Amino acid sequence: MATQPVTGVPGARIEISGVTKRFLTPSGEVFTAIKDVDFEVEPGQFCAVVGPTGCGKSTTLSLVSGLDRPSEGEVRVAGRPVDGIAEGVSYMFQADALLPWKTVLGNVALGPSFRGVRRKEAETAARDWLRRVGLAGFEDRHPHQLSGGMRKRVGMAAALINEPRILLMDEPFGALDVQTKAIMQNELIGLWEQLRPSVLFITHDLEEAIALADRVVVMTSGPGSVKAVFDIDLPRPRGAIQDIRFQPEFLELHRQIWESLREEVERTYARTAGVAA
Amino acid sequence: MTQNVGAYAIPATEQKSSANPGRRIARVRRAKVLAAQLLLAVLIIGSWQLLTTWKVLDPFFYGQPSGIVKQLKDYFTQGDQATEFGSYWSQIFTTLREAVFGFVCGTVGGIVVGVGLGVSPFMAKVIGPYIKIFNAIPRIVLGSIFLVAFGLGQTPKILLSSVLVFFVVFFNAFQGVREVDRNVLNNARVLGASKLRIVKDVTLPSALTWIIASLHTAFGFAIIGAIVGEMLGAQSGLGLVITTAQNQFNPDGVFASMFVIAAITLVVEFLLTRLERRLLSWRPPSPTEAAAI
Ligand SMILES: Nc1ncnc2c1ncn2[C@@H]1O[C@H](COP(=O)(O)OP(=O)(O)O)[C@@H](O)[C@H]1O
Ligand SMILES: [Mg+2]
Repeated sequence: MATQPVTGVPGARIEISGVTKRFLTPSGEVFTAIKDVDFEVEPGQFCAVVGPTGCGKSTTLSLVSGLDRPSEGEVRVAGRPVDGIAEGVSYMFQADALLPWKTVLGNVALGPSFRGVRRKEAETAARDWLRRVGLAGFEDRHPHQLSGGMRKRVGMAAALINEPRILLMDEPFGALDVQTKAIMQNELIGLWEQLRPSVLFITHDLEEAIALADRVVVMTSGPGSVKAVFDIDLPRPRGAIQDIRFQPEFLELHRQIWESLREEVERTYARTAGVAA
Repeated sequence: MTQNVGAYAIPATEQKSSANPGRRIARVRRAKVLAAQLLLAVLIIGSWQLLTTWKVLDPFFYGQPSGIVKQLKDYFTQGDQATEFGSYWSQIFTTLREAVFGFVCGTVGGIVVGVGLGVSPFMAKVIGPYIKIFNAIPRIVLGSIFLVAFGLGQTPKILLSSVLVFFVVFFNAFQGVREVDRNVLNNARVLGASKLRIVKDVTLPSALTWIIASLHTAFGFAIIGAIVGEMLGAQSGLGLVITTAQNQFNPDGVFASMFVIAAITLVVEFLLTRLERRLLSWRPPSPTEAAAI
């Protein structure tokens, strides 16, 4: 079942239209995290979202996953409005979300197991996925016995084992060292090319966004909305992430997008600095 | 459960050369601590014995180690004549039975209510104040009420014991559930876990650290509940033996039973630590366990 690369099953389209999300702060005030966010991810597309910290990137992702609901507007996945936890969506969180008391194998087998697959089959599938992310032989370890990069691989296997049509990733490699990050990026692209889910990938690393994605969405400083959308037309396969950074097309895109992003970053910085002063 | 050992294994060659001096240092360190502990015990018990022998302290009020030892010997060798209520062993079993029943009932109740309220913020808000009120009642007084309601048998002791245990476990279970990592919880939800599976696979194991930590204190409370219940009125049990010794101005009898209770508590403590190790074997070793030399 989960063992063969799924070809011809495209990811689902994500449509985010006019979405606003407000939170009630503990003091009773209304806080607007994102405002009128509007963008689309084509089926099977790899879409990166960049924006200053606190602009509502994680909030946007949680609305797509169905963990949270928009205050206004609508999120549609595969044409259907998101209402509760969406089917076929996997989520890699910013922080580790592995169960520390379960082994690596148990953690990867969680998805199928939650969906009622029998334990034996779930573990077979999990073993297979661990092999695919290069962790064969680590099945019986507990998460705390792995390096940060290995834990991310486990997270990736745990997210992909459900064969999602949509993969949501919230700064998945943000905490990794540069070398590990590069390796993980290459592996992610490899797996994505096999499975072709639609990916919504949050990052604060613009190079990462351009190198990986087909589309880069720039968000404004909070309350976040879409400032600009850039289609990245670098040909695929793009080869090693580390090398593509030096191509002239890459540098040109980087310049353009950074131009757009810089204003927002500076605005956020000025605001927080102003608060601190 | 314990395959994790492999992760820390040192290659055999290294082990030979480096482990031996390390082990010797550890052994010497342990021996030193043990020696100091023994010395301390000898010092305290010895000065107690001497001070009472020299009549600096009156053994009539303070007891005397030699008297306590003699009393213990009497308790355990005189069979059915050991106390007015039958053999000393049967007194121990009465108290132990009450404490263990109370412990089990209180623990189960505490976990069920604690986890239940922990996963339901609405119920927590509704029930919360009542639990606070109930908790504010001096619980020992409940013993009198239970005694009036259920007579001199074991029921009131078990109830008192359960109530004492319940609150300890309840607050820990409740807190444990609230400390569950939100990422982990959301991750399980997105992976498709039902409410029940979330409680079973995420909430409970995560709260287990807190719950187990509370069990150590809880067993102490279970014993207190049983003893106090017996002191208030009973037909057998260590609490009754203690009040009887007290009424006969026999401090050695009181101290002897006190030590027996302490010994029981230590044994249970040991068992609970074993259980804790088993259930929480997934946890990374704490820095003190992997002590630096
Ligand atoms: N549950 C919540 N309640 C109140 N405010 C929230 C909540 N979640 C997020 N926020 C606020 O919304 C803003 C956007 O948060 P987030 O989406 O995490 O930003 P990002 O991921 O872009 O750094 C932040 O200012 C954050 O404090
Ligand atoms: Mg975030």
